[in-house]
Amino acid sequence: MFFTYLRRELRRRVRQAVFIALGLALGIGLVITVVAASDGVNNSQSTVLHTLYGVGTDVTVTEPPAAGSSVGTTFGFTQEIKDIRTGAVAAGTKININNLATEQYGVLSSDVLAKMARQAGVSSAVGGLALTDLTVTGTVPQITVGQGLGSYKSSFTSNTFNVDGVDTANTALGPLSAGKITSGTTLTPADANGDDAVIDSGYAAQNKLSTGGTIDVGGTDFKIAGIVSVPQGGNPPDVYIPLAKAQSIAKNGSKSLVGEIDTVYVSAASAADIPSVQKELSALLPSATVTDSSDLASEVTGSLSSASSLANNLGRWLSVAVLVAAFLLASLLTMAAVARRVREFGTLKALGWPSRRIVGQVMGESIAIGIAGAVVGVGLGYAGAALIDKLAPKLSATVGSSNAPSVTGPGRALGSAGSSALKALTSTSHTVSVTLTAPVSVDLILAAVVLAIAGGLIAGMFGGWRAARLRPAAALARVE
Amino acid sequence: MYKLSGVVKKYRKGGAVVTALQGVDLAIEDGEWLAIQGPTGHGKSTLLQIIGGLDRPTSGTVEFDGADLARMPERQVTKVRARSIGFIFQTFNLIPTLSAAENVEVALVPLKVDAADRKARAEQALADVGLGDRLRHLPSELSGGQQQRVATARALVKEPTVLLADEPTGNLDEGTRDEIIGLLEKLWHSRGLTMVLVTHDSIVASRAQRQGLLRDGRLAVTQAPLRPSPGQ
Repeated sequence: MFFTYLRRELRRRVRQAVFIALGLALGIGLVITVVAASDGVNNSQSTVLHTLYGVGTDVTVTEPPAAGSSVGTTFGFTQEIKDIRTGAVAAGTKININNLATEQYGVLSSDVLAKMARQAGVSSAVGGLALTDLTVTGTVPQITVGQGLGSYKSSFTSNTFNVDGVDTANTALGPLSAGKITSGTTLTPADANGDDAVIDSGYAAQNKLSTGGTIDVGGTDFKIAGIVSVPQGGNPPDVYIPLAKAQSIAKNGSKSLVGEIDTVYVSAASAADIPSVQKELSALLPSATVTDSSDLASEVTGSLSSASSLANNLGRWLSVAVLVAAFLLASLLTMAAVARRVREFGTLKALGWPSRRIVGQVMGESIAIGIAGAVVGVGLGYAGAALIDKLAPKLSATVGSSNAPSVTGPGRALGSAGSSALKALTSTSHTVSVTLTAPVSVDLILAAVVLAIAGGLIAGMFGGWRAARLRPAAALARVE
Repeated sequence: MYKLSGVVKKYRKGGAVVTALQGVDLAIEDGEWLAIQGPTGHGKSTLLQIIGGLDRPTSGTVEFDGADLARMPERQVTKVRARSIGFIFQTFNLIPTLSAAENVEVALVPLKVDAADRKARAEQALADVGLGDRLRHLPSELSGGQQQRVATARALVKEPTVLLADEPTGNLDEGTRDEIIGLLEKLWHSRGLTMVLVTHDSIVASRAQRQGLLRDGRLAVTQAPLRPSPGQ
């Protein structure tokens, strides 16, 4: 009887039932689409961050460059530039100078790395060196004494690429972890002191480099062991070389970097440990910049950031507003339907139906409408998500800029150049293009179904409450 | 069966208090048929609702088989209505979306009768009122007289001891009126029901054992049964 009565009643006011169900469906569909888009934005952000940060890396630690250690304006070519300025190098002399140096961060000693690895909640920690290889070539022009560097800078051409020294014993953590080897092999523990390098696929294509070839890094020829592709075309280093080798050939100003690192990549035992690990590492190295992915996320700008903000703010509020409106509408219409059936409920009470049975009937009808709303809403949500997938809007994520006030995160992508000369030669603002997707998870579907049924339940509760309050005599006296 | 003592019912209507019943005293024996007449708005339906446990008096007692309906908890009154009291309304009050048989079944729902039994009893009740061939018809597909027969079947399917009818022929033409009142009389006779019937119609009232006149909330009832009870 319950289901017969329910079915017939819904059929009687099918237009109203459809209207309520569509209202709920719209709210649910919007919630699914917005949450899916939001998840997609977060995934994109995560992809970008992983690109920059390394998959599996939870926290990075860098030390700001020591005050007064500016090697920037001459980028290590102090003597050479002095010689050109003073005329010690004759006009017409051909210049070909090369430097591999750490520019962005202050150095950290290897024992700091060991201490970090021993902290509670730290699963593993590896060190790295973020280096820049700069080659300047040209012919010394005729120089007038007192002339600024800028006026004859055009006589020289420069070539820079980024080099990461990676711990070959643990490439699952750190800059190489985000990449996929597309050709050759990655660096292995056996390469720790060797002259093997892995090249980023973008850089390799641009410079026509392939596995088996060689590349000059800091004046040393490295054999190209493999080509690595980083997802979503991020801004990875151009060349990866073994850390020990990088330490031996790179310089920090004029100082050797043997036994030194400038970045520590830390993996926490669990996601819940990240905040405490971050705190411990900050306490261990008070002057260091300890960054986790959430800090990095705030550094991402561009349309990805706008999309993230749109999804997290406007989108969520919009779906909450539509959902609340749908709930309210469903409740009001259910109450109005109960008001129209006062006499019917009065009759049922006269026949001995207990109030709870009448309330149950009203709630059953509302829940059935909620379920219909859930089904249609899930369909609408899927359609919305599919539309986003189909349109596949491209989002750009800009990380860091030449105007960045300070070194705020790990990886060169986030750092300011630290030297005006380097700024002139390389851009420090990196734009990564990602495609927005809207993944719809089972959890999301379940949550949406629960929401729609809850909407029906709320509407039914209001309607049922009204029906339960009816005095049978008053209900029967109602003129319809 | 019933003993009403000093039943007063006051309503608040707008700012004013309206007294619908002013100290009604009434005794109704088992198997008795009482017809109550009176002008519109003088408390007939109110009295019937109080007798049926649909409303409570402002003061006074309504004894039904020794228990005071006026002071009984609502849940218990609901049970009394479900088991012992059948109602027939002037406007039939059938549920428009349910068939004739389903409308009759509705009365068995609170008694937790299983579906098969419910169906069989509903069909039998409809056959008893001459609608065995109209089981699947919706109320909108039935005439007024047929709808009132369905309502009668619904009132009697649970085999109540009391049948309360509020203007059961008020919406029917003369022929149908006679048909319905004949049916009620037959059922009253065959089932030994206690029947209270509110009507404007003197012809209908004249069929009852006793007649009461309710005017300005005061009831005057003929003392001796005009006609013998079914058992007598």
